[in-house]
Amino acid sequence: MSVKSLRQTVQGLLPSLTPVRFVAEDGTRVARPSADYTEPPLEALLEAWRRMVLGRRFDTQATALTKQGRLAVYPSSRGQEACQIGAVLALRPDDWLFPTYRDSVALVTRGIDPVEVLTLLRGDWHCGYDPAVTRTAPQCTPLATQVLHATGMAESLRRKGEGGVAMALVGDGATSEGDFHEALNFAAVFRAPVVFFVQNNKYAISVPLARQTAAPALAYKGIGHGVRSEQVDGNDLVAVLAVLAAAVEHARAGHGPVLVEAHTYRMDAHTNADDATRYREDDEVEQWRSADPVDRLETYLRSRGALTDEDVAGLREEAEELAARVRAGMNADSVLDPLELFDHVYAEPTPQLREQRAQLAAELADTTQAQED
Amino acid sequence: MAKVTMAQALNTALRDALREDERVLVFGEDVGPLGGVFRITDGLTRDFGEQRCFDTPLAEAGIVGLAVGMAMGGFRPVVEMQFDAFAYPAFEQIASHVAKTRNRTRGRIGLPMVIRIPYAGGIGGVEHHCDSSEAYYAHTPGLKVATPATAEDAYWLLRDAVADPDPVVFLEPKKLYWSREDTDLQTREALPFGRAAIRRAGRDATLIAYGPSVPVALAAAEAAAADGIELEVVDLRTLVPFDDETVTESVRRTGRCVVVQEAQGFAGVGAEIAARVQERCFHSLAAPVLRVAGFDIPYPPPKLEHAHLPGVDRILDAVDRLQFADEPDTRHLVKGAVA
Ligand SMILES: Cc1ncc(C[n+]2csc(CCOP(=O)(O)OP(=O)(O)O)c2C)c(N)n1
Repeated sequence: MSVKSLRQTVQGLLPSLTPVRFVAEDGTRVARPSADYTEPPLEALLEAWRRMVLGRRFDTQATALTKQGRLAVYPSSRGQEACQIGAVLALRPDDWLFPTYRDSVALVTRGIDPVEVLTLLRGDWHCGYDPAVTRTAPQCTPLATQVLHATGMAESLRRKGEGGVAMALVGDGATSEGDFHEALNFAAVFRAPVVFFVQNNKYAISVPLARQTAAPALAYKGIGHGVRSEQVDGNDLVAVLAVLAAAVEHARAGHGPVLVEAHTYRMDAHTNADDATRYREDDEVEQWRSADPVDRLETYLRSRGALTDEDVAGLREEAEELAARVRAGMNADSVLDPLELFDHVYAEPTPQLREQRAQLAAELADTTQAQED
Repeated sequence: MAKVTMAQALNTALRDALREDERVLVFGEDVGPLGGVFRITDGLTRDFGEQRCFDTPLAEAGIVGLAVGMAMGGFRPVVEMQFDAFAYPAFEQIASHVAKTRNRTRGRIGLPMVIRIPYAGGIGGVEHHCDSSEAYYAHTPGLKVATPATAEDAYWLLRDAVADPDPVVFLEPKKLYWSREDTDLQTREALPFGRAAIRRAGRDATLIAYGPSVPVALAAAEAAAADGIELEVVDLRTLVPFDDETVTESVRRTGRCVVVQEAQGFAGVGAEIAARVQERCFHSLAAPVLRVAGFDIPYPPPKLEHAHLPGVDRILDAVDRLQFADEPDTRHLVKGAVA
């Protein structure tokens, strides 16, 4: 390779020096947005804003449900709405999404029933929706393992030749795991149509980014693997959508994988069980409050004359309806059949599982009998 | 009938599976043009093309994780881990995802895939090339575990594994790769997946073995026969599903049982089998169930593996101790790992 073409290749892989941004924190359009990306059309932004308001309401409702003991645990994504919603809106319904435990708002945005989204966290089953129908993998708890599954799925989609794309959502801490790097490497070698979307929310539970990596940005992790990379302001929905749409198109067109790092912030603790004051200062949280992705988009859309007070009030109402539906669904006691535990270990239960099923059935019958006596 | 080695039988099984079902894919480290370090995938890339049999980057978690995604995407991956101990980087993928995806998704997504692992010792390999890792996999609900002891079984168990709707960890006893037998792979005489085979009938005691230990158990039975002791040899063929029926039926008939495994004994598959036999055959037993296992040590260096591997003598010793049912010698109930 000549020095010139080498330089071109390297530059083609590298992210922009600062995160791509269209809308500043105060909701005004930045003077010179990146020339490499086009601003999504207004209808797309309006739809995204709708989803963000609904997503935020879902998130606060889920957090409230943990206080009432209805959810075993809930990892909030408050503050990350632009990322989660931008990711889903950049995909077609028949593309595949590989989310983590934190990405519940993305799943609601994908159109999955909110009660099914919460099945895992409520403790009813490990996944409440049908991954094949929703084209959404189960929310992944072991860190970064799903990034490889997304790569495998992307390779399947490539072989089928129907232009499908897979997207893996992953946190900043998880980029330190081996599976993340193996996935980047595999995807690059196979030119698999996969987008790796890192939501850098600055903490892995308590560990700050500086303790996680010495890289100038997580986006630079792509270049060593030959994966094109980009970084984006993760609280600017306009930029997230523009960058992810381009990344998805790149992958769909057969040009291989893309890594996108979004700079964002988790406003709440890691989960409701975590005490964030032990590892971060209130000042820092307050600073990020002024970068709020929902407010920012609303201000921007108002400035463009695309939103009225009436629209906003109307959507608030819709959000309250969603919250009420979630509450109603979660307040209904779930009907669970313990015998189902044996049904999904293998396609056909082994003789041992049949015996154990019969044993549990007898135990349950005894308990029922004892209760009746 | 033709003489075939287990390696050839496995190669033929992969070939036939690739030919009959275009969803089947073979991938891993060096499985392409080289044909795998044991040549099990020899010629597959040449005959089926790079799309069907291909080399991956060197990363075991990557290989298994990729296979998970591809199985979700409708393919039937058959992946090779180069050696037993090199599958450990993939263990998380295997335990957390391969084994659990059907369960997590409430039966909506199954993972029809096979993880082939050349395993166990007896070939003079250096460390990390001889581990008996079956207990890890057998202990993981959601995985099926097969280990052939004959060329015919190597062929049919692998065909069944590829066709299975669930993930199968397929453990290939390296030391048997080159053993030859007369068999016609095209006519099925092998038992179905999940059934144990009685390799030799006998009335005095049952030897239960699997994979690399089956030929050793058969040699012990041969030697015992010279002394007028008729040992029955059960080859489990699959550890999961476990064929309680065949095992129980045999031990009830013979009243005595020795479990033979090459793996270290403590918390091994043999302990599970001994417990099951005890639970199910207690009233038919004339002696305690004994285990003959490898010692509880990391796999030894090549020049010392003979000291570790259970051989005919160690099995015959155990059989001797079974004869004194009225006066069990409890000093060395387990020869090998558990003292
Ligand atoms: C393999 C693995 N190790 C440890 C954990 C426990 N754990 C859960 S979340 C988490 C932090 C993850 O941080 P990050 O990747 O930044 O994602 P975030 O939670 O911030 O979205 C840890 C250590 C885990 N789930 N999986």
